[in-house]
Amino acid sequence: MRVLALETSCDDTCAAVLHDHGERVALLSDLVSSQSIHAEFEGVVPELASREHLRLLGPILRRALEVAGVGLRELDAVAVTSGPGLIGSLLVGVSLAKALAYALELPVIGINHLEAHLAAPLLETGEAALAPPLVGLVASGGHTELVEVREWGRWTLLGATRDDAAGEAFDKVAKLLGLGFPGGPALARAAAGGDPRAHAFPRAWLGIERGGLDLSFSGLKTAVKLFLDDVGWPEAPADPAARKRFLADVAASFQAAVVDVLAAKLWKAAERTEIRTLLAAGGVAANQALRRTLSLGAAERGLRLVLPSPKLCGDNAAMVGMAAIHHLRRGERSGYDLAAIPNLDDWDGHYVAATAEGAAGRRAKG
Amino acid sequence: MSRAELTIVTRAEEETLHLAARFAEALRAGDIVALCGELGTGKTRFVAGAARALGYRGRVRSPSFTLLNIYRGRLPLYHFDLYRWDPESGAGEREEWLELMEDEGISFIEWAQRWGADLPPRHWRIELRHAGAQEREIRIRQTGMRLGPLHAAWRDERRR
Repeated sequence: MRVLALETSCDDTCAAVLHDHGERVALLSDLVSSQSIHAEFEGVVPELASREHLRLLGPILRRALEVAGVGLRELDAVAVTSGPGLIGSLLVGVSLAKALAYALELPVIGINHLEAHLAAPLLETGEAALAPPLVGLVASGGHTELVEVREWGRWTLLGATRDDAAGEAFDKVAKLLGLGFPGGPALARAAAGGDPRAHAFPRAWLGIERGGLDLSFSGLKTAVKLFLDDVGWPEAPADPAARKRFLADVAASFQAAVVDVLAAKLWKAAERTEIRTLLAAGGVAANQALRRTLSLGAAERGLRLVLPSPKLCGDNAAMVGMAAIHHLRRGERSGYDLAAIPNLDDWDGHYVAATAEGAAGRRAKG
Repeated sequence: MSRAELTIVTRAEEETLHLAARFAEALRAGDIVALCGELGTGKTRFVAGAARALGYRGRVRSPSFTLLNIYRGRLPLYHFDLYRWDPESGAGEREEWLELMEDEGISFIEWAQRWGADLPPRHWRIELRHAGAQEREIRIRQTGMRLGPLHAAWRDERRR
């Protein structure tokens, strides 16, 4: 089975071709065009994003097929991220996927972006090496969720951010500190050499001692903002050496607060579910401080931790195709009326964005 | 007596949620609530308090990333966030969103100052400012709108 996968939920335009051989999945091509245009605006500029997706998706898709050496007529299915994400951006991918599938008389399948992130490490480990049950942490600019995967393609939400996503906090604090975009990598670079204990920024534990798995990063962001106002940043400190030190300490202390909470919540999720295989994915999972803390902590606790390589932490279409294959193998598909579902809360328990009829059918099957 | 505006200092997040809930009682289908204030002043919390009072039971998260979250309360609630939105390149969204705002739901717009001058003229404006680590000064305005009852209700609340 040859699957074309598209991903346009945020600022990257992505296309990939995968070949499912039954026992193993071969990744034939995987193209990501980061829209560097955003760096100038210090943030994803959403309308630019959808316009750029429109401009880039055609060429990227053709290139993905070319690299894979697969013709349109040789495809067996089209997969696409149908949410959550930016509505305008999602629609570019969803519309093209539907049109293509309809014209080629192929099944189309809408994939949840979170589920795709969770499937990403399979592309590196192979399916035999990473089997559910597992607990996944997805942390990025738009997400911070803890998910229990009992079976590929079937998952439940254990906890989620109540306000800002972890990556959003990185971006916003990076902007306060006058660092570039994307904020995550810029802040991590600034934090190198800083003292993570220089400033005691707050950690929102939200009932973790009672098993609470929700997260919150808005208070932390506010604490950093008020602290910077207090100090008189960006005017003070004026001395260049002191300034550099200050920036490194604030960045390191902020980063430590995020990492502490993400790690503690992941350990708590493992304890609560009694699952011993853990997975971290999403853009924030590329953060070296987080990777180090999670690796050490998992080793101490005798837990198995799987981290995709940093390249696969960011958005890509290969992971969308991988997640789609789990559903396609079971004969699940969406309708040609597949809609984009921008809000995670609206996914409401069914994770293939099928038609109402398809979703009902799956629920009936249990 | 009608008052054109109301300024209240909340002392904790719970008070902001509560004020928002009381404020939400004054909202009607089609209303637009523009929220202005820098990072961490409680804009998203204010929307959370109002959404809960309007019958939405789910999570209210920052839409900084998604730009627009839609909640199903007693009415559709449109939660916009213009933090990352660029008015020039975002012209395409502007029309689409104006249609939503004119719809029978209630629209909340964070970072509304980024929208520019052509926000529908009849709207509530909520300005939030840091007034301490926990305290927030919240100013509620709408020209030609009576705020008297809300003001009295809140005053009574504080006396108890």
